[in-house]
Amino acid sequence: MNHSISLTVNGARRDFVLDDPRVTLLDLLRERLHLTGTKKGCDRGQCGACTILVDGKRINSCLALAISHDGADILTIEGVAHGDQLHPVQAALIAHDGFQCGFCTPGHIMSAIGMMREGQAGNDPERVRECMSGNLCRCGAYAGIVDAVLEAQAGMDESNQRRSA
Amino acid sequence: MKPFDYVRPATVAEAVAAAAQPGAVYLAAGTNLLDLMKGNVSRPDRLVDVTHLGGLDRIEHLADGALRIGALVRNADLAHDPEFASAYPAIAEALLSGASAQLRNTATVGGNLLQRTRCAYFYDTASRCNKREAGSGCDARDGENRSHAVLGWSDSCIATHPSDFCVPLVALDAVVEIEGGNGRREIALDELHRLPGDTPERDTTLEPGDLIVAVRLPPAARGFAAHARYLKVRERTSYAFAVVSAAAALLIENGKIKQARLGLGGVAAKPWRARAAEDVLKDVAPTADAFQEAAWRALSDAKPSGDNAFKIELARRIVVRALTLAAAGTPARMPALPASPFASTSGALHA
Repeated sequence: MNHSISLTVNGARRDFVLDDPRVTLLDLLRERLHLTGTKKGCDRGQCGACTILVDGKRINSCLALAISHDGADILTIEGVAHGDQLHPVQAALIAHDGFQCGFCTPGHIMSAIGMMREGQAGNDPERVRECMSGNLCRCGAYAGIVDAVLEAQAGMDESNQRRSA
Repeated sequence: MKPFDYVRPATVAEAVAAAAQPGAVYLAAGTNLLDLMKGNVSRPDRLVDVTHLGGLDRIEHLADGALRIGALVRNADLAHDPEFASAYPAIAEALLSGASAQLRNTATVGGNLLQRTRCAYFYDTASRCNKREAGSGCDARDGENRSHAVLGWSDSCIATHPSDFCVPLVALDAVVEIEGGNGRREIALDELHRLPGDTPERDTTLEPGDLIVAVRLPPAARGFAAHARYLKVRERTSYAFAVVSAAAALLIENGKIKQARLGLGGVAAKPWRARAAEDVLKDVAPTADAFQEAAWRALSDAKPSGDNAFKIELARRIVVRALTLAAAGTPARMPALPASPFASTSGALHA
């Protein structure tokens, strides 16, 4: 039986006909939309490489059935930069050498953006490490990743202060 | 993953009818179910998606002082609800010590209760497992079993229940509201999960089609807010299941414990309520001696199911530490590393 769903992906409405309900959001993004920035690492919710934002919240797209998310608003790594202008988390990761092979990096970026929206970690490195524990980096770039997230957070705090001043 | 039919009911009644069929299971967030299906551990014929049902995602304050948490409330939304976290701090701490931020953003209250064991032999379809396939045997008994049960286990199954959330819930007398073929009923959370006995394939007392619609905390549960902690030892500081955990909640008046609540996690096939230990603590001063006695009582029936005798002594020490931390008072802010014995803000207390 075919099922029709529609999603908003990086701001654009996309309609799909699913001939099989087994399709995950991860496979839909990669195989149907060719948005391959979202990575398939473990495919079992353990590594975080597939992290995307659904309705503003970070989740593991490998453990989400597309059919169950009809109507969802999705942000992937392809949607975070504005043209050539990198998202502050992207820029900070480059500045702090927050990656080596780069495979986990889109997941880390999406997770960090989600974490900053959640507002639980602030500028505390220990809380950042705890709140980012759902993303693994087998190259071991964690120190740079934490520094980058803290810098991006500080930049956001500053721009919020400027806005409210 | 085996093919399945997908059903999205519009009402609870439709959901119950659709899920009462053989081979049908409910789908909430799917964070555990999809993982099991990808590994062919669970092979349902039909998924009944309840995530679009209305009215199950609310946190309601009832007139009698109870709190009703809808089954579809997300773990993160519950833990970060400021009112909830201040009234039930041990539950919030337990929630935040479980899984990862991504999983907590989607995993639901009802799904957390019904997650399956993480016993490696249950997950490995090449192994014998009485829980996965009734009567096939248990390869955990002679396998890698240092993380397995020390309370309530049987020769058929030595698996543990993995939930953190359930541990303070059972300590605080949580009630589970269920919609089934014969209408609505409710049971104590302590009666939801079963010990394995000869039928470990049945995790819970639910009947086919039964849908958990809410978890309710009775009015007395908020009385412990000033002295309530969750403490969890795991193989790594974050994003790991409990080796042993404890939820401790005290009601202290005039220097004496008026009431104590104690739950243990990672030790049995169900969240373990340690009532004998609670009795020891009634009307005594919160002293190290009293906590040691309570810990001894809590584990008096424990026995190793394999290479895991260490868990009994570990559980005693975790009980003493959790009670000590609870007596010292609920921290004003959630610790940076929730429930971690290695947290810098935990008071560095040693049992």
